[in-house]
Amino acid sequence: MSAAAEINDRAVGDDGKTPWLRYLLLGATAIVMLYPLLWLVGASFKSNSEIFTSAGFWPSRFSLDAYEKGWKTSTEYTFATYFLNSFLITIPRIIVTVISCVLVAYAFARFEFWGKKILFSIMVGTMMLPLIVLRLPQYLVFRELGWLDSYLPLIVPSAFATDTFFVFMLVQFLRGIPRDMEEAALIDGCNALQLLWHIIVPLLKPAIISVVVFQFIWTMNDFMGPLIYLSSVEKYPVSLALKMSIGATEEVEWANVIAISVVALIPSVAVFFAAQKHFIEGATSSGVKG
Amino acid sequence: MAAVSLRKVEKTYPNGFKAVHGVDLDVRDGEFMVFVGPSGCAKSTLLRMVAGLESISGGELNIGGRTVNDLPPKARGIAMVFQNYALYPHMTVYDNLAFGLKLAKTPKAELDQRVRHAATLLEMEHLLTRYPKQLSGGQAQRVAVGRAIVKKPEVFLFDEPLSNLDAKLRAAMRVRLTELHRSLRDAGQPATTIYVTHDQTEAMTMGERICVLKAGVIQQVDTPTALYDRPANAFVASFIGSPEMNIVSATLNDGAVELGGMRLALPAGRFNATANGAVQFGLRPEHIGLAAKPGSVAVQGALKFCENMGAEVFTYFDVGGVALSARVPAEDGMSLTTLPRGSALTLHLQMSHAHLFAADDAGRSLLA
Repeated sequence: MSAAAEINDRAVGDDGKTPWLRYLLLGATAIVMLYPLLWLVGASFKSNSEIFTSAGFWPSRFSLDAYEKGWKTSTEYTFATYFLNSFLITIPRIIVTVISCVLVAYAFARFEFWGKKILFSIMVGTMMLPLIVLRLPQYLVFRELGWLDSYLPLIVPSAFATDTFFVFMLVQFLRGIPRDMEEAALIDGCNALQLLWHIIVPLLKPAIISVVVFQFIWTMNDFMGPLIYLSSVEKYPVSLALKMSIGATEEVEWANVIAISVVALIPSVAVFFAAQKHFIEGATSSGVKG
Repeated sequence: MAAVSLRKVEKTYPNGFKAVHGVDLDVRDGEFMVFVGPSGCAKSTLLRMVAGLESISGGELNIGGRTVNDLPPKARGIAMVFQNYALYPHMTVYDNLAFGLKLAKTPKAELDQRVRHAATLLEMEHLLTRYPKQLSGGQAQRVAVGRAIVKKPEVFLFDEPLSNLDAKLRAAMRVRLTELHRSLRDAGQPATTIYVTHDQTEAMTMGERICVLKAGVIQQVDTPTALYDRPANAFVASFIGSPEMNIVSATLNDGAVELGGMRLALPAGRFNATANGAVQFGLRPEHIGLAAKPGSVAVQGALKFCENMGAEVFTYFDVGGVALSARVPAEDGMSLTTLPRGSALTLHLQMSHAHLFAADDAGRSLLA
């Protein structure tokens, strides 16, 4: 990002005399960055043997076999089940995340209460904590609660605004919104919750969309959580199911794995592009890089 | 439709800074009261305390006979217009106007009728379906006023509502708001209004009474004419009127002031008899001219520079080391604009309009 910006700045300083050079450089960088992705898409149409014999991404013969076989999987379930499972985790988690994080951010950004500064720094401090150190104690807690092999350990923690990065992002965004509108709404007769619903939430929309996109992508891609807490195959989300198709005992059908990887990318990419306009606005105006 | 009274109202911030010092003020039912003062004089803070947006640290605030110190804004019967309009960006103009009524669960038919009535009053029926970002500054200002009107509040509060508009629009809105206040009164629903501004022109033209504030202390509360003619102290004298009053250090000596090597006799009976000594002498620029008037005193001055305002010329002189400004009608003053710097001129001071203030920081007026 910064290198590209530097090149850009210099070119602006040059009065744009050599724009082709700038585009050439940027284009070349982009291709280098994107090539693995292009290769992945191309390889998904190749046969298993061709994947390892040619370096180019263009397949010699387009075949959808890999998609068909990959979708069926070696288990009794198709990937339809696994996608459904992923959504069963992701969608409730997004809903509870948004509700809890907006409430907590509202409190931190707009109310004065005892110990606010200390609580806020503790909250920000937990962002620095490596998640791995929480795994064991959390596992023990959820085992005591009898929640193992269910989606609850993956969803419920988010209902308590434990995704502190989102809280932090929303707080920063809220701090940037002038309070006049809220004061006007107070005079118009809003109480604190009406204020949140009628005024703050609409103003926070770009930031909330950012939260949704981040949480969607992160939860879809989460591997460790489901791996630890889920044991029955019929409850596996896509990320685990993908790993399962690699870990089978017989020779790995890489073409199938690659094909399903491509399919697994689609929801995240689709959500990102659907929300792109608001998402960029939210991520930049909160002062947090996406 | 309610009087507002402040009794020993104070504001102290958590960091110990005292912004408002024991303010006592009565705003009469239906009156247009203006709070005016320089930046940081706590005029907005005082207004926000009336609105309920700032807590009151001491004293008592009454609206319509009720003590409202601890009531939330919505229970105080007020409506407020903000400096930057504070319209809800995600709602249409119609919804902006209707929002407060919806919260109050006003029946739909009445809500619609009130919104449309306010829109008609402010000539903005054609704007009702627009969003705030599609409005010009003047239109947004009208919507903000409309949002206050639909609520039929007992007290209107304005917080520098015109300061974001350009000069021309500001003058037009000034007239419009004054007219609105009059027409509401004529329609039998007089609206008590408190209007905050830092602009003395707005204060003079709009206010029925003006409250001049400085550093959280009321300096004077009176009608525009009284403030202009009989300012209570040197601060009010210099704040009200444009260009501001000439105020210079002088010495009082047996019924005359001495400044810049001149001795100016004071009219008998205009001032309280005071001991000889240091005073501040004040005279408004409009009471210094090039033509002799009955009772004026002639002095010699050197021209420093002129500002041509079209109908009149603001001229700046040096009189024996003392800087004075004069407001001269164009027919007398146009010739001045071509004169070289330092030209000697005769000025006529109308001593019957002179002011004297005590020499201390308070600068109390010595008018009889």
